[in-house]
Amino acid sequence: MAARAAGTVWRPTSMSRLDVRKTYKLYVGGAFPRSESGRSYEVTDAKGRFLANAALASRKDARDAVVAARKAFPGWSGATAYNRGQVLYRVAEVMEGRRDQFAAEVAAAEGLTAAPARSAVEAAIDRLVWYAGWSDKVAQVAGSANPVAGPFFNFSVPEPTGVVAVVAPQRSALLGLVSVVAPAVVTGNTAVVLASQTMPLPAVTFGEVLATSDVPGGVVNILTGRVAEVAPWLASHMDVNGIDLTGAGLDDVDLEAAAAENLKRVRRPADPDADWAADPGTGPMLAFLETKTVWHPVGL
Amino acid sequence: MAAIDLTGRIGEITTSDAALRRFLHGLPGVDQVGADARAADLATRSIKTTAKATALDLAISMIDLTTLEGMDTPGKVRGLCAKAMRPDPMDPTTPPVAAICVYTDMVGVAKEALRGSGVKVAAVATAFPSGRASLDVKLLDTGDAVAAGADEIDMVIDRGAFLTGRYLDVFDEIVAVKAACGAAHLKVILETGELQTYDNVRRASWLAMLAGGHFIKTSTGKIEPAATAPVTLVMLQAVRDFREATGRQVGVKAAGGIRTSKDAIRYLVLVNEIVGEDWLDPDWFRLGASSVLNDLLMQRTKLATGRYSGPDYFTLD
Amino acid sequence: MGTVFEYAPAPESRAVVTLQPSYGLFIDGAFVDPADGSAFTTVNPATEEVLAEVGEAGAADVDRAVKAARRAYTRTWSRMSGRERGKYLFRIARIIQERARELAVLETLDNGKPIRESRDVDVPLVAAHFFYYAGWADKLDHAGFGPHPRPLGVAAQVIPWNFPLLMLAWKVAPALAAGNTVVLKPAETTPLTALRFAEICQQADLPAGVVNIVTGAGRTGQSLVEHPDVDKVAFTGSTEVGRLIARAVAGSRKKVTLELGGKAANIVFDDAPVDQAVEGIVRGVFFNQGHVCCAGTRLLVQESVADEVLRSLKRRLGTLRLGDPMDKNSDIGAINSAVQLERIVTMSKVGEAEGAQRWSAPCALPDRGYWFPPTVFTGVSQVHRIAREEIFGPVLSVLTFRTPKEALAKANNTPYGLSAGVWTDKGSRILYMAQHLRAGVVWANTFNHFDPTSPFGGYKESGHGREGGRHGLEAYLDV
Repeated sequence: MAARAAGTVWRPTSMSRLDVRKTYKLYVGGAFPRSESGRSYEVTDAKGRFLANAALASRKDARDAVVAARKAFPGWSGATAYNRGQVLYRVAEVMEGRRDQFAAEVAAAEGLTAAPARSAVEAAIDRLVWYAGWSDKVAQVAGSANPVAGPFFNFSVPEPTGVVAVVAPQRSALLGLVSVVAPAVVTGNTAVVLASQTMPLPAVTFGEVLATSDVPGGVVNILTGRVAEVAPWLASHMDVNGIDLTGAGLDDVDLEAAAAENLKRVRRPADPDADWAADPGTGPMLAFLETKTVWHPVGL
Repeated sequence: MAAIDLTGRIGEITTSDAALRRFLHGLPGVDQVGADARAADLATRSIKTTAKATALDLAISMIDLTTLEGMDTPGKVRGLCAKAMRPDPMDPTTPPVAAICVYTDMVGVAKEALRGSGVKVAAVATAFPSGRASLDVKLLDTGDAVAAGADEIDMVIDRGAFLTGRYLDVFDEIVAVKAACGAAHLKVILETGELQTYDNVRRASWLAMLAGGHFIKTSTGKIEPAATAPVTLVMLQAVRDFREATGRQVGVKAAGGIRTSKDAIRYLVLVNEIVGEDWLDPDWFRLGASSVLNDLLMQRTKLATGRYSGPDYFTLD
Repeated sequence: MGTVFEYAPAPESRAVVTLQPSYGLFIDGAFVDPADGSAFTTVNPATEEVLAEVGEAGAADVDRAVKAARRAYTRTWSRMSGRERGKYLFRIARIIQERARELAVLETLDNGKPIRESRDVDVPLVAAHFFYYAGWADKLDHAGFGPHPRPLGVAAQVIPWNFPLLMLAWKVAPALAAGNTVVLKPAETTPLTALRFAEICQQADLPAGVVNIVTGAGRTGQSLVEHPDVDKVAFTGSTEVGRLIARAVAGSRKKVTLELGGKAANIVFDDAPVDQAVEGIVRGVFFNQGHVCCAGTRLLVQESVADEVLRSLKRRLGTLRLGDPMDKNSDIGAINSAVQLERIVTMSKVGEAEGAQRWSAPCALPDRGYWFPPTVFTGVSQVHRIAREEIFGPVLSVLTFRTPKEALAKANNTPYGLSAGVWTDKGSRILYMAQHLRAGVVWANTFNHFDPTSPFGGYKESGHGREGGRHGLEAYLDV
């Protein structure tokens, strides 16, 4: 790829076949629109070299993404847990097939050499498989029959909270992304994800994987752009039920305050750059689950 | 001994809302999951070769070919009537459909166009599709259709009254419309999509039959969901039980949402296995549809020629 | 009056299955002949046609298989991360889905059950079981058995002929997910899908020795269960054999789970949704030809509605289609073997001799093969043998009751305790009955539903231990 400084004349550095370069757009409602604002921004690699122009999402894109996520919620939360697990496993299958492409993108984005980049991609795929397997087990681990003191059958079941906004980690372009998106949606929530501001490209490719893996449109929506511009609109949105502030950095206190207006469920991990390879536990899933408890008399 | 013995009791049941409610709510409930499962099971029947040929011809002969649009004109209706009498111009062995279904003011045109054929004219009446008008208006509507020569009247029940428990009002209305029908046969549209529960569908079916309907019909086709397999299954069970209790046979019409031959054949399987061959006749079972006719003709052609056909070979109207 | 609508034959194609003339045992990742060359044949019970010759494992073969399982456990499987184990199981699940039609046809040919059932019920559940347990392999810490629960080691698994591939899935999936290796013996009348499963393990590159299949009859099963280097015994079959196994392992270090017989009560109250209750009765005892341990073989119907329910039931039974299991429209298939048919015929004669009234659906039975029509005995009392003993065929015994408590007492009045059914519109009554029924599975307003997430197993002489769900892991962990 040719290095480029503003104002210089650009010449190709080799005479071999010209690549057909990918355009990086948003992923909303199962489709790939450009930002309604028409804007884009330069994405560079770890050394500052130009990689691509990514869409610069606006508050209206965020608004549209929330609408798409809300529309997809009844179908996705109403699907059987088995079905959701199958879909997530399929996402892993398709990702595995594009492993090399992802490895190249992660290497460029995070400044990694080939081996660690490949490990990160493999970990991301395995993370998806891990979450796929949780779909039909969360209810057994987080639910219960409760032995109340009376002739009643009383049971508690976890239910998805609704539309979840996710501010993806800033420095883990794929593994971190998967680690915050999968736990939100495996239980039936739908998500609006704001990708890492400086490393958004793997997220867009991830959107392509979702689009070709039987994931219904609107279940996951991916926006690329500036956290400071888009996140406040998601945090204050009254039709968003939960927000994961992992990638919000210093803005997170203001965002959490904005989220308080409709009492969103907020997830703000203590260390946003924790070891992504470690066992996530059930916390990320439980953060966006409600518990419904039902009573019914037992008698003739 | 019949499960529900109504000998001599119908008058007693219909003295008040409370009496009707006790009777209707005393009918066995319907487990929704179980009913859905049975319908889904029956949808796996594999109907091939000779059975398919029989089913296709039977389905065609059971169609009420329908046009119920604001923009209906005599020209449109005449075209539909021509197709009703001779669905496939290339194959004269194709049976005609059972009836044409139109709005009241098109009955005359249809009657004229169908003269001499055996195809009947059914008219939707009683402020179709909503049914939200006074009884007088509904009876006038019915009277107009009958005067124009309709052989069958498809009425709608008052769903508002049904859902507020005013069963006697619903009953009385059906009785009045039936009287206005004279010699014409009455089909009672339950609009199952608005009744929503299978328990309601069973109760409304019984109400319509107690009031004297010749047919019970699932839907107007103007809202979703229209006919579905489980709803039709519940209605078929109701007509079966009613005949057992009273000796009177009532027909069933599934209307709306029937798009493919596969759909149509699935309904015939339902009839076959729930109520049996007594109902496998256009006099006792109808399909309210329009676009499915061409698909049935295409399937029929494929069986006859061995080749898949295309829309160019069948007429739009 | 109307048209007669007869269904033309709709045969599923046999071409999707290729059958070899003979099959060996699957030990240590390869197919091998038994050491002494013994073999037996397996037939298609619908036609009595011989399908293939199958190796009969002797004591030496069983020993080889257990050694292979032990080696695989020690060197490979117990050292592998749960994550990687899980991925093998996901692969197997996927391949089962890919080869679903082939497996369904093979199951129907070897077992006699209708293709519609093997295609729509058995095989999808098999894949689902592998998917479900694949997901537990790397989450055992979260399963409620404490941190880092360990597997047991080598599991000896003996399964019956009624749901051959599904019973294999119920055994193999949780065992492997928990980290054990297995030696499995399928029933002698239905070995073929287990052997096909072995091929699937090869396609999935499962390490050699993790799964071993030793085909044979009672003697092979005995060698396997009694082998000293087995840590765990899992058996599904008759209570009679279950007792023998329990005695054989008594005092040893072997953990054992048993899923045995039943004589389930299907209780229909006067407010039951009648049409669906009739479907539930039919599904409870006539599908899979009644070869179901949890079948609702005792209909306990409230006396006030008994006539109505029976009339409705008989009308419904008249529409059941009995015939060629490979015909997609068959509802009832063949009885699995001549031996089983003999049992059913004998018990039906006993029923008549005891004074119950016998009624059978008017089905034409094919000339060849093993067939028995759906049969209902009314006027049955608790003391009748047909009310107490498991027949394992399409035979329903009908008894009546007056009150819920009487229904409960009658339902529980049996040494068995596998399952029960309750049909009523009243929620609190469902829960009351469920609470008081001494049965491991209670179906309310439904019957014979299975799911990999739902634990299954019996009380009392129906066995102990549960298969399915989080609970199903316990049998294969050292907890």
